[in-house]
Amino acid sequence: MSVKQISVFLENKKGRLAEVAKTLSHEKINIRALSLADTADFGVLRIIVDNPDRSLTVLKTHGFVAQVTEVIAVEVEDRPGGLSRILEVLDQDNVNVEYMYAYVEKSRENAIVICRIDDRERALQILEKNGIATLSAEALKAL
Amino acid sequence: MYWDRDIETMERSALQRLQCERLAATLERAARAPYYRRLLEKTGVADVREPGDISRLPFTTKAELRNEFPYGFLAVPLTDVVRLHSSSGTTGNPTVIYHTKADIIAWQDLVARCMYMAGMRSSDVFQNIMGYGLFTGGLGFHYGAEKLGAMTIPVGPGNSKRQIWFMREFKTTAMHILPSYAMRLATHVKEMGLDPRTDLSVRMAFVGAEPHTEETRRRIEETWNIRAFNSYGLSEMCGPGVAFECPEQSGMHIWEDSFLAEIVEPDTGAPVPDGECGELVLTTLTRTGTPLLRYRTRDLTRIIPGPCPCGRTHRRIDRIRGRSDDMMIINGVNIFPLQVEQTLMRIPGIGSNYLIEIHEENFMDRLHVSVEMAADSFQGTLSQLEGLQSRVLAALRDETGVTPVVKLLEAGSLPAAEGKAVRVVDRRAQSGKGC
Repeated sequence: MSVKQISVFLENKKGRLAEVAKTLSHEKINIRALSLADTADFGVLRIIVDNPDRSLTVLKTHGFVAQVTEVIAVEVEDRPGGLSRILEVLDQDNVNVEYMYAYVEKSRENAIVICRIDDRERALQILEKNGIATLSAEALKAL
Repeated sequence: MYWDRDIETMERSALQRLQCERLAATLERAARAPYYRRLLEKTGVADVREPGDISRLPFTTKAELRNEFPYGFLAVPLTDVVRLHSSSGTTGNPTVIYHTKADIIAWQDLVARCMYMAGMRSSDVFQNIMGYGLFTGGLGFHYGAEKLGAMTIPVGPGNSKRQIWFMREFKTTAMHILPSYAMRLATHVKEMGLDPRTDLSVRMAFVGAEPHTEETRRRIEETWNIRAFNSYGLSEMCGPGVAFECPEQSGMHIWEDSFLAEIVEPDTGAPVPDGECGELVLTTLTRTGTPLLRYRTRDLTRIIPGPCPCGRTHRRIDRIRGRSDDMMIINGVNIFPLQVEQTLMRIPGIGSNYLIEIHEENFMDRLHVSVEMAADSFQGTLSQLEGLQSRVLAALRDETGVTPVVKLLEAGSLPAAEGKAVRVVDRRAQSGKGC
């Protein structure tokens, strides 16, 4: 199961990130997880929101360069070695993780990481085969 | 004191007679070039009795040179041509000038005349810090210096360490350099723990290829403890050697035995009186390979009225104050905004809004190009953006010969183009501001 991530192109310009947050907040859209990758000149903001389709429309109408990327939300045991095991499993089958970041969650036994993987279908099969749970968009939203 | 006393101090009336003879011969030669043959058949060969009669002929512009690529302006059989010089870039046709052996000899004599006038002698060691190749600045001075008899170091531009090494090892006394690079090279000399005023033997510099102010010249002279002489030329004429400063350093003598100079109002083409600023229009008087009639240089200047104390009778033009078109000069390299635009528009993923800014950083010009990315081409990865940025940079570098600073912008960040959008902003303190 994959979930939708919103990627936003940001110039390295003062206040640009704040504007994204403000735009979404006006629409009562909640940011559940976020990561920012940047170079000296620009950055890419990646967010998981409770309503990705509406977020995309809202951001685009406000002039942001944004698009949807399919990612996987993986459950990780919240103990030493939890993340390591997942990466090992993927690595064994030569599945490359492009990037990943942690999903903010309170009071749950397991942690969640968001993974961007090129060969998503194969990654999902491998994870399933190894008994590692992934979350659907609905499950994520319900948390 | 004079390289060619007879020519340089010729009475004005005799000089004008010489111009008339040479103009008539030029018209005859020009009529052998396909473009001028067609033109003169239409307009009829003007009856030239005095230089002023030339105003009956139409102007020649860069556009015609481009449209007639490759041989429309060639007035001799190709077998008589020994060299060509051409503008760079691949946007539109380049402008190509063909030189016969006689043209090359005349050119090197003109440059030697310029250098000798400024005070260079055969005992000098001349370091040529200008680009060789299609650019006329390097080869023009190289041949001129050899003709004059000075030992010439054809080092070319860049690599400051090597420049300074040559200056120290061979006791360079004269150099040909971009004004901006002269200032930057001085800082490198200082970084090496040397004083450019006392630890080197350089005593004079020829500076040109980019417009600069009197203040910049004084700064170069002060920093190096040398005398700096302003050089004017353009590849459509021959390159350097068109006009040059004498020891008076008060305007550049335009060699009227070789060029017929007019100053015109850029919009109407009407002549303006001496002393008033306008666009310099030049006619070649001796060239055989590619004679040009009334060529619009797009350079803005004025004729300085009155005789020069140096005794030369050839009139002087003031330093170039700007351009009557949108050409940019970045560290001596000529670039048109259209070249940038066409290059950008060929790159997928790039939007149609862009902004060109020219900054001055550490005495060097820097071309900044900001361009919006097309909103629908974003794929969400940093590597895509980085790839796009470096593709834009490489394409602009290939087209212009200048390495720009490229900035990718979000779609819609630049003011939308309504009517004529401002796409070029010159932020240099000393940029030519026009008349």
